[in-house]
Amino acid sequence: MDALQVKNLSVAYEEKVVLQNVNLTIPVGHLTGIIGPNGAGKSTLIKAILNQLPNKTGAVHILERPLNAKDHTVGYVPQRNAVDWDFPTNALDVVLMGRYGHIGMIKKPSAKDKQIAMDCLKDVGMEAFADRSIGQLSGGQQQRVFLARALAQEAEVYFMDEPFVGVDAATERTIIAILKDLKAKGKSVFVVHHDLQTAADYFDWIILLNQTITASGPTEQTFTEDNLQEAYGGKLFFMDQTKSNKTFN
Amino acid sequence: MNEFWVLLTGSLVGITCGLTGVFLILRKTAMIADAISHTVLFGIVVAFMITQSLSGFWMLVGAAIAGLLTTFLVQLLQSGGLQEDAAIGVVFTSLFALGVLFITLFAGNVHLDVEHVLMGEIAFVPWDTWDILGFSMPKAVWMLLIVLLFNILFLFFFYKEMKLTTFDPVFALSIGLPIVAMHYSYMTLVSLTTVAAFDSVGAVLVVAMLIGPAATAYLMSKSVLRMMIWSMFFGITAAITGYYLAKLWNTSIAGMMAAMIGVIFMLVFVFKPHDGWIWKMFKRIKLKDTKVHVES
Repeated sequence: MDALQVKNLSVAYEEKVVLQNVNLTIPVGHLTGIIGPNGAGKSTLIKAILNQLPNKTGAVHILERPLNAKDHTVGYVPQRNAVDWDFPTNALDVVLMGRYGHIGMIKKPSAKDKQIAMDCLKDVGMEAFADRSIGQLSGGQQQRVFLARALAQEAEVYFMDEPFVGVDAATERTIIAILKDLKAKGKSVFVVHHDLQTAADYFDWIILLNQTITASGPTEQTFTEDNLQEAYGGKLFFMDQTKSNKTFN
Repeated sequence: MNEFWVLLTGSLVGITCGLTGVFLILRKTAMIADAISHTVLFGIVVAFMITQSLSGFWMLVGAAIAGLLTTFLVQLLQSGGLQEDAAIGVVFTSLFALGVLFITLFAGNVHLDVEHVLMGEIAFVPWDTWDILGFSMPKAVWMLLIVLLFNILFLFFFYKEMKLTTFDPVFALSIGLPIVAMHYSYMTLVSLTTVAAFDSVGAVLVVAMLIGPAATAYLMSKSVLRMMIWSMFFGITAAITGYYLAKLWNTSIAGMMAAMIGVIFMLVFVFKPHDGWIWKMFKRIKLKDTKVHVES
């Protein structure tokens, strides 16, 4: 079973081509890092897969079906700075938003939904902050709340956009532990990531992206110096300085 | 009795606008209310030209269509690369100008003058009555009640959807919420609210009523629900205190109501616990007085 299949996906903003002819096939049960330089189209790839961009061509299948938001098979963690954290609401309420897809339009969250939301907050170590206004949380705590919301979606395939940006070390450890736990439960997780130092540790599958796919496969096969240089267009100077005969895994 | 109707109308304007205004503030689209309050004139005039009547029903229909048209045109210009504020500026001045032109060209001898539309006259409200189901009440009260009912029903049924599409539209889209339909439905409500409040406070002051109480409530609310309650409370308070002060000083009622919104906002802004000005100043003084000892 494939978690994700992408065929001939291209995206252009106005005249500028952001993604060109992306083809991917990734089996279920992997923790996948989407890696590439700034402007490579990493976030765009996720948004295109989630059908959020009108100006795209190509086909996307998730769990071998076309994406249908009503299936609740997909969980999503947008970039943290995509929302206004001064919005008047508390942590538990944001996590509860992860249940909205299951609840359906008009209907109100049930006691069970609230229990699930609370459990997810507990999973990310934030149960003590359930009533806290989200504006009073630190960046790392906000990211945990976003992750808890995705957990509350109880999805099969997760997409996360830069979940490690601007978080403290403890939060980073919590998040990666949860992601590995999701993988152990047979879920598929796709994470946009830009830190090459940790990539090989965190992910067992790597997609190298620079407007098109330069490599995709198990980490030990794809995370090589040659592939990285290709994805980063030879701009990885620090690698030349620390030139060594080992690859990055 | 007339005083009662004026107070009731003012309070209903305060409640209805206060409720509707909350999501304008949260969606950071306060200025679209300004645009809609002007372009509904265009809708009303066109409705009059087509139906040759000034009935409240057709006014509401015309206003709703004008509001949707405004929202749509602003969105269109924005997607064409214009900034939102510029798009709003272009759209509403053009449609408002068309409305003014149409009034003078086609509706010259009807009671539909620009000054009335801009300023309204709440003191005249009690004399223009409607009889519905045997009840005789001022037309403005009927219209406000109907629109308030729409608002309450919409927010009751779509509270969580409005909250999520406002807080995180990208996530809302990913779970299949109809964010575009929500946006247009809400903008229709803003248009209806505007036209219902029109007769009493006019197009300029309705903006104050839509934005002021909600902005004040935003300063002191930890949840959207509480923000709605505070916003309605501030709306009513401004309407009632504004009325009595206008009576006391023999000045414009609508003007005084809007002025009171400004006063309430300033009071909350300055005296609000924890992060109001006064509080912060006090904290700063205390901080200065605290001696810092460094153990060596």
